[in-house]
Amino acid sequence: MTAVTATTTKVRPTRRRRLSPGRVVAWAAMAAIVLITLLPFYWILRTALSSNTALAAHPSDPLPVDLTTGGFERALGLQSTEEAIAQGGSGGGLKFWRYLINSVIVSTLITVCQIFFSAMAAYAFARLRWRGRDKVFALFLAGLMVPTIFTLLPNFVLIKELGLVDNLLGIALPTMFMTPFAVFFLRQFFMNVPREVEEAALLDGAGKIRIFFRVMLPMASTPILTLGVLTYITAWNDYFWPLMVSYSDSSRVLTVALAIFRAQTPQTGYDWSGLMAATLIAALPMLLLFGFFARRIVGTISFTGIK
Amino acid sequence: MTIASSSPPSRLPLGGAEGARTRPKTDRAKAREAGGDGRLAAVFLAPALLGFVVFLLWPTLRGIYLSFTRFNLLTPAEWVGLDNYVRMVNDPIFWDSLTVTVEYVVINIGVQTVAALAIAVLLQRLTQSAVLRGIVLTPYLMSNVVAGIVWLWMLDTQLGIGNEIIAAVGADRIPFLADETWAIPTIALINVWRHVGYTALLLFAGLQAIPNDMYEAAKVDGASEWRMFWRITMPLLRPVLAVVLIMTVIGSFQVFDTVAVTTAGGPANATNVLQYYIYGAAFGRFQFGYASAMSVALLVVLSAITFLQYRLTRAGQSDLG
Repeated sequence: MTAVTATTTKVRPTRRRRLSPGRVVAWAAMAAIVLITLLPFYWILRTALSSNTALAAHPSDPLPVDLTTGGFERALGLQSTEEAIAQGGSGGGLKFWRYLINSVIVSTLITVCQIFFSAMAAYAFARLRWRGRDKVFALFLAGLMVPTIFTLLPNFVLIKELGLVDNLLGIALPTMFMTPFAVFFLRQFFMNVPREVEEAALLDGAGKIRIFFRVMLPMASTPILTLGVLTYITAWNDYFWPLMVSYSDSSRVLTVALAIFRAQTPQTGYDWSGLMAATLIAALPMLLLFGFFARRIVGTISFTGIK
Repeated sequence: MTIASSSPPSRLPLGGAEGARTRPKTDRAKAREAGGDGRLAAVFLAPALLGFVVFLLWPTLRGIYLSFTRFNLLTPAEWVGLDNYVRMVNDPIFWDSLTVTVEYVVINIGVQTVAALAIAVLLQRLTQSAVLRGIVLTPYLMSNVVAGIVWLWMLDTQLGIGNEIIAAVGADRIPFLADETWAIPTIALINVWRHVGYTALLLFAGLQAIPNDMYEAAKVDGASEWRMFWRITMPLLRPVLAVVLIMTVIGSFQVFDTVAVTTAGGPANATNVLQYYIYGAAFGRFQFGYASAMSVALLVVLSAITFLQYRLTRAGQSDLG
């Protein structure tokens, strides 16, 4: 569960401070943190560009050894089975493009629908007046307390009864309509939109529906973007639920495919080069997505629900 | 014609930031003026409510019901009363797996909370760099599956860079993920690597709410950074820290992905965390009733921990004026 909101962070004017021993230690700690954070990314790239035989001979060489794109070719299924086995792969296919498209479909479906429907509900809770509003909202909040994992087994039974097992819609469906968090999160923002703005629109003759689309959604665009990117990342990275629901290539998403690729260990040991190439390809879309929006998101991640 | 609800505004389980904002009187008065938006609200709420009832409320109730049945997916569920719970209490593997899970949570949350706090404070007191904040968040963009595979490689006994460094300084190689004692701490730390940046950013956001004047004033009085941390940062961050702690503990108990891709519960059940055992019972042995009973047990444990943490840390109260 996440709790992030978008508010503008104050940028404090930077002042020149004296370089004390304490600050040197603090900067050293910061450098160590950055190193531990980023080193695995470099090591993925370094391994993916090496050949398996060279990796075994030079395990600690900081640069790629025996530079090759063989790992990427295996991950993308571009090599013939014989070629792959000769280079230390399992020869088991990875229909990368199929899985990529599946991941995109599932994540997009979840993100777009979940946020739109949650925003509608959030608006009803924040600005519409109707009988029982507080009680229904309290029920939604109680939903926050149920760990996702608890609903997975019964939801699987339900999806099976609906005949949606091994179907992309079956993967997306449970989180497509809302999450209590998204509703709660967006309600906060709609409540903070000044009433005057809404009343001005009402005076201009706009109806409540028009206000929702023309006033509320645009005014909450930054939090919606932040929530959207985080929802997309969560959906893209989910493994447990798609693992339960999908059985074949037709509905397999990248995370599940990757775990299967890892399990197809050749006799000679792991195909580390191919595996690292595959993880890099699987992670790249999220790195790009984040890189694209990072400026708006990181500067605005903040806390909600607490004073 | 609809009339606005006359019930008092609901209290939030967390925080209570809302309570102050909803003013029932004016709302009700305005509602009478406007005449209420019952029909429109129904339309706006319909999709979310459908999702809530079908995929959250119903499964929750059904999960509890299934825990009292014998159910293998193929034939209809058969009521067996408390059988599953009796079996659970007498199942040594269940208790083992609960112990392993708790061990994992203690290491994972302990290390992660201290590290996230340190990173958040460094990001606040040392530099305000947004680039650094972006960098600490990057592991969170990976899936648990990717993080698991990458560290499986980096910690490989023969070829992993981690063990190469250990060997280079003359120590014995450590079979991190293949050894009964090392496996759980290793998995716990892999997940710290992936989640610590995100946790740090949540704490950092909490730190932003502490007025800078307090630090300036303390500095004028000659207080050291260390003293300011204990006297200003910690007391004022406490409510945020408490909520973050509750969230991360709940998340931590649900560990599955990393175990599934690195150790698959082994060696010798050493990493057979509860969620992995539940998955095996349901999808390996088709004992959905028994799996549901263990899920209910996990739910009860989590609720109890949340309640205790909430009480002990006074998460709902803020000391910030």
